[in-house]
Amino acid sequence: MTTTLTQAPGHTAAPHRRARRAWWQGSLVAWLFLAPALLLFLYFKFIPMVLGLWKSFHEVHYISDTWVGLDNYKTILTDSEFASAIGHSVVLALGTTLGSLVLGLGFALLIEGPARYLWFVRTAAFLPVVTTMAAVAEVWRIMFHPADSGMLNTIIGWVGIDPQPWLASEHSSLWSIMLMSIWRGTPYDMMIFLAGLVGVDRTLYEAAAVDGASTWRRLRHITVPALRSVFWILFTLAAIRGLRVFVEVYVLTNGGPNGSSEVLMTLVYKLGFQSNDLGVASAGGIVLFLATLVLTVVAQVLRRRQAE
Amino acid sequence: MRFDSALGLEARKGPVATTGKVLIYGLMVVIFTGPLVGLLVSAFTKTLDPTSFTLWPDDVTLENFIQAGEKNVYLYLLNSFIVVGFGLLLQMLVSVFAAYSLARKRFRGMTFVLLLMLTTMMLPEEIIAIPLSLVLADMPLLHVNLIGTYAGMILPVGAWGFSILVMTEFMKEVPVELEEAARIDGAGELRIFATIILPLCRPALGVIGVFGFTMIWDQYLLPLIVAPESSMWTLPIALRSLRSDEEVGIGILLAASLLALLPSIIAFLAFQRQFMRGLTSGAIKG
Repeated sequence: MTTTLTQAPGHTAAPHRRARRAWWQGSLVAWLFLAPALLLFLYFKFIPMVLGLWKSFHEVHYISDTWVGLDNYKTILTDSEFASAIGHSVVLALGTTLGSLVLGLGFALLIEGPARYLWFVRTAAFLPVVTTMAAVAEVWRIMFHPADSGMLNTIIGWVGIDPQPWLASEHSSLWSIMLMSIWRGTPYDMMIFLAGLVGVDRTLYEAAAVDGASTWRRLRHITVPALRSVFWILFTLAAIRGLRVFVEVYVLTNGGPNGSSEVLMTLVYKLGFQSNDLGVASAGGIVLFLATLVLTVVAQVLRRRQAE
Repeated sequence: MRFDSALGLEARKGPVATTGKVLIYGLMVVIFTGPLVGLLVSAFTKTLDPTSFTLWPDDVTLENFIQAGEKNVYLYLLNSFIVVGFGLLLQMLVSVFAAYSLARKRFRGMTFVLLLMLTTMMLPEEIIAIPLSLVLADMPLLHVNLIGTYAGMILPVGAWGFSILVMTEFMKEVPVELEEAARIDGAGELRIFATIILPLCRPALGVIGVFGFTMIWDQYLLPLIVAPESSMWTLPIALRSLRSDEEVGIGILLAASLLALLPSIIAFLAFQRQFMRGLTSGAIKG
């Protein structure tokens, strides 16, 4: 680009050719600089994706694959184990997303402001986000101990609630996982909301105060509308993250007890690496991808419609 | 009346408001750091009830960490550091090279490349875990088996769309005049890249460095696929195997969990400004 600019105009054929060669050279350099990234993406993202799509239409054996058409997908969509796993994934994703969004917004409003101590609260509250999932899940697994002396049971005992079985019961395992996920997801949403709050026009607040608007009306009519786009971005990110959840469940319950917290990815993992049913496992991955895609598109459409 | 925030809490003075604020903020800090503080204290405590944490240090000891050595925890930690060290180096190199091209050059196919990068970011790695394990076991064309090697854990994290795009945004801001001046002086492509563009992007290197570190350190599914032998385990995936030990209790698990948590917490605290910058730029724009 710059080299073509430095060519002096006025000469005829030769500079033109030279300019073109420079352009080609520039392009070549650009592709060379991009090559490592593209090569790594090709090998570890795109080839696996295509391979996954291919395997999902096959029954996979060690030596050769047999074409089975949509059979693997049929298995996934009709098998009761898969149906409940998909259901759990959706419940977990929705619950975690909404819980983190609501709490994140609430906390963001509470700790907005330039004071030094608020900066400290923000930093402390943000720690769960940067922690290693596997280690944090081990910590929560211990806190969830179903004995009366378990940590969470002790805490809820202070406010007079009976000890809960948490992860140990079919009825509460999924909710317990959700609780931990919300704990880890809230500070992230809080931080992004805070960044969004910075952009709200302060003069609007003052104008509202002059007009005698209450705090509630100020929130409803000025703050919340200003955060709309942030909300949709967070919703999409969190929902995708929720659908693909693996580590939390794998560490906390590994799908148990009795499949009550099995999610799509833990089931896919079991099929792929423990039962070696790679065809169905690949199809599971593709289904997850399609769900992610649909969700992203729906969120975008809703966001556009609301913006109009 | 001044309005620095939506709720205007800061402006409220008086004993009731102050008590309320102390309660709210105290509760927030306890909720979000409590489990981590519990871990920190318990890891250094001698007698451990497997059902609960100790929140006050009473019998401070290093014994959990000493016993952890017998369970190979430090080997796992070393593996983690090897993977994150080489992985981050590769990731940052790949990112600055790719970003240089995307930010400073114009070429046919650029939109397509950008689209590819965005696709990789939209594509959760969990989805491709199964086929990725097949690719790693027999790399197409190269026919190399990366299962059970460090390379198998390092190369797949080498290119990360987020890092590349963040770096690209930063590099776009370097004035073109600087580059042109160097070019007129006869500086070559690599020289311009290394002596002009890169030094001006130092803050961005901090951003992609700290994000890359936490991203690679938190990898779980990838090492799970790549390291079937325990000698290759990274610390996060080794944790599971440490808890089932009846005779040692949860002391070793807690010590190991703490070791797994500390590096990313330290990285975050040390590079907080860069972290927040990357967080908001990544989420709001992307």
